[in-house]
Amino acid sequence: MRLLLYIIQKEFKQIFRNKGMLPLLIVMPVMQLLILSNAASFDIKNIKIAIVDHDHSKMSRELQSKFSASPYFNVTSEMQTAKQADIAMQEGTIDVILEFPYQFEQNLMKDNLVHIPVRINAIDGATAGVENVYITEVIRSFSQNILMSTFHQSGNQYTLLSVEPIPSFWYNKTLNYKTYMVPGILVLLVTMLTLFLSAMNIVREKEIGTLEQINVTPIKKYQFIIGKLFPFWVIGLVVLTIGLLIAKLVFNVPIVGNIALVYLFTALYLFLVLGLGLFISNNAQTQQQAMFVAWFFMVIFILMSGLFTPIDSMPVWAQKLTLLNPIRYFVEMIRMVMLKGAGLKEIQLHLVVIVSYAFVVNVLSVLSYKKVN
Amino acid sequence: MKRFLGFVKKEFYHIFRDKRSMFILFGMPVIQIMLFGFAITNEINNVNIAILDKSNDVETKQLISKIDASRYFNIEQKLQSDTEIESVFKRGKIKLVLVFEKDFGQKLANQDQPEIQIISDATDPNVANTATNYANAIIQNYVREESDGQTKPSGIVLDSRFLYNPDMRSVYTFVPGVMTVILMLVSAMMTSISIAREKEIGTMEVLLVSPLHPFQVILGKVFPYVFLSVINAIVIVSLGVFVFGMPVKGSLLLLAAESILFIVTALSLGILISTIAQSQQTAMLISMMGLMLPVIILSGFIFPIASMPLPMQIMSNIIPAKWFIIIIKAIMLKGASFAIIWKETLILFGMTSFFILLSVKKYKIRLE
Repeated sequence: MRLLLYIIQKEFKQIFRNKGMLPLLIVMPVMQLLILSNAASFDIKNIKIAIVDHDHSKMSRELQSKFSASPYFNVTSEMQTAKQADIAMQEGTIDVILEFPYQFEQNLMKDNLVHIPVRINAIDGATAGVENVYITEVIRSFSQNILMSTFHQSGNQYTLLSVEPIPSFWYNKTLNYKTYMVPGILVLLVTMLTLFLSAMNIVREKEIGTLEQINVTPIKKYQFIIGKLFPFWVIGLVVLTIGLLIAKLVFNVPIVGNIALVYLFTALYLFLVLGLGLFISNNAQTQQQAMFVAWFFMVIFILMSGLFTPIDSMPVWAQKLTLLNPIRYFVEMIRMVMLKGAGLKEIQLHLVVIVSYAFVVNVLSVLSYKKVN
Repeated sequence: MKRFLGFVKKEFYHIFRDKRSMFILFGMPVIQIMLFGFAITNEINNVNIAILDKSNDVETKQLISKIDASRYFNIEQKLQSDTEIESVFKRGKIKLVLVFEKDFGQKLANQDQPEIQIISDATDPNVANTATNYANAIIQNYVREESDGQTKPSGIVLDSRFLYNPDMRSVYTFVPGVMTVILMLVSAMMTSISIAREKEIGTMEVLLVSPLHPFQVILGKVFPYVFLSVINAIVIVSLGVFVFGMPVKGSLLLLAAESILFIVTALSLGILISTIAQSQQTAMLISMMGLMLPVIILSGFIFPIASMPLPMQIMSNIIPAKWFIIIIKAIMLKGASFAIIWKETLILFGMTSFFILLSVKKYKIRLE
C-alpha cells in the first residue's frame, strides 16, 4: 500500500512539474466547452435569399417584405436578373433564389393560382430541406390571407376541415440547443483527455527507456498500473466538475436529476476509458502509434455517439456497432439524468454495460502488459 | 542542396521503416471514411414514437397507419394512459408521443377541430422539431385528403428546385466533410510530434549541430509527410468518388492542387505545434485535443456556419478546414473553376505561409 502511494505521488509530481501541462489539461477543455457549445446548433437562421422581382407590383413587394420581416431570412438587396443571382449562388454568397414571375399579381387575382420558381443550394441536403419548409411556410400564410380576402369579397363561406395539432416540447421547452450540447461536449472532452493521456503513458516510458528501470524494482504489475492511471482518473473527475459548474452557471443547463448519479457513472466510466488507453499503450511501440490508434477510436466514438447525428437514422448494422461505443452510454446517461431527471432505475442498464465493459477491457490490458520485454 | 537532400532521404527512411505506423496511417482513414460515409447522416428517419389513442375510431386508425407507413416514424409502442408518457421518455427510446383526444372521429365529422397533442422529448431540439414538423405534415395531408374537393391547388404554389444535389443526399455533405477532417487531423498530428520527438529522445542536439539552416530542417521534416498525405488524399478522394458516388464536376487537376495546398497547410500547422511543444505528449495534446473538436464543430462539417452566433462565425475563419470544405464542395458538386474559389485558396495560402514563418522563428537553435 505504501509503495502504491509513492508511485501515485511520483506520477502526480511528474505531471505537474511540467509547466505547460496544467493549462493543457484544464484550461483547454474549459475553453472549448465555453466556445464550442455556442457553435453546435442545427438551428437554421440567416438564410441568404435573393429575390428577383419581374413583376414590381404591390403584391410582389408585399410578399418580399414578408421575407424581410422573418427572422430566418436575410434578403439580399434586390437582384435585377436571374443570371446575376445564379452567379451569386455559384460563389456561395446566396442560398436561395426566389423569382416572382411577370404578371404575378394579375395572374393570382385572375386564376387564383400562380407558380413561383425557387432554387435552393442543396449541397447540404438537410439544411436545404429546412429552408424549403421555411419558405413554404411564409408563402403559404401569405397566399392563405389572399385567398381568404378574395373569398370574403365574393361572399362565399370559407370552411375547412381541420385538425388542431398541439406541439409540446418536454424537457427543453424553448428548444435551446445549448441545454442539449453542453453536457454532450463535456462528455467528449473528459473522454478525450483521459483516453489520450493514458494511451500515451506507458509507451512513453518504453520509448524513452525508463520502463526498464521500473521493471527491475520490486513493484507489482497492478501497483504500477494503478499508480499510472490514478492521476488521470482524478483529472477526469476534476474536469467533469469544472464542466458541470460551467454548464450550470454559464449556460444555465438544468440539473433535474441527482448529480451524484453522474459522478457514480463517471467514476466507473473512467475505468473503462483508462483501461482502453492502457490497452493501446501496451500494444504500441511508439507514442506516435499510440496516438494514431487512440485518435482512430476517438473519431469513431465521437461521430457514432449520437451526439451530433441521430443514431436512429443510421443503418441497422451501424446502430448495432454503436453498442460498443462507450461515449454513447455516457452521453445518453448524462442527458437522461441532467435534463430528464432519470434515476438509478432508468440508468441501471447503462451502468451494468459500462462496468462489465470496464472489467473486460482492464483484464485484457493487464494481461497484455509484460514486465519483461 | 546535397546536404538537404540527404536529410530528406534520412527522414523518408525513418518514417517508412516503421511498417506498423504505415499500416495504421493508411488503414485508419479508409476504415473511417467507409464507416462514416455509410453510417452518418443528419436526416431524421425511423424516429421511435408511441401512440396514445383515446378515441380508437376509424379515423384515428387510418391516420395512425399513415404515420406508421412513413419512413420518418416507427411506431414502437401503444400507450394506455397519460401517466405512461413520462416513463417512456425517461427510458429514452421513444422520442415522440402522439395523443389523440377522445371523440376524434366524431369531432372531425362535425368540423369541430379535434386535437392531436404532439409531445416530443426535446432534449434533442433538432430531432424534436423536425419530427414534430413531419408529424404535422402527415396529419395535414390526411385532413386534406379527407376533405374532398379541396385537393386542387390554389394560391401561390412553390416549384422548388434543389441545385447541385437534387436528391438532397446527405452523403454529399458528409463525405467531403469527413475527407477534410481526416486529412487535416492526420496531417497535423503526424508533423506535430516530429520535432518534439527529436527533443524527447535526445537526437535534437544532433540536428542542431548540423550545418542545416532551420528552414531546411523544417522543410525536410515536412516533405516526406507531404508525400504520405498526398497518397492518403488520393485514396480518400477515390473512395468518395467510387464508393459513395461523389461527382467531380470541376477540374480534377484543380482538386489535386487544392488538396496539396490544404495538406501543406495542415502539415505546417503541425510543425508549428512541434516547435512549441517540449514533449511528444504536449504536442499530441495540442494537436489532438486542441484541434479535433474545433475542426469538427467550427468547420461547417456538421453544423451550418451561417447559423452560428456572429462571434463563432468570425472564429470559424481561423479554421483551415472551413476553407477547404468550401473549396472541395465547390469543385466536386458545383463544378467551380479557380475564378470562383481564388479567395479561399488565397486564405489557405496565407495561413500556410504564416505557420511556416512562425515555425522557423520559433525553432530554437539552442537547447534549453
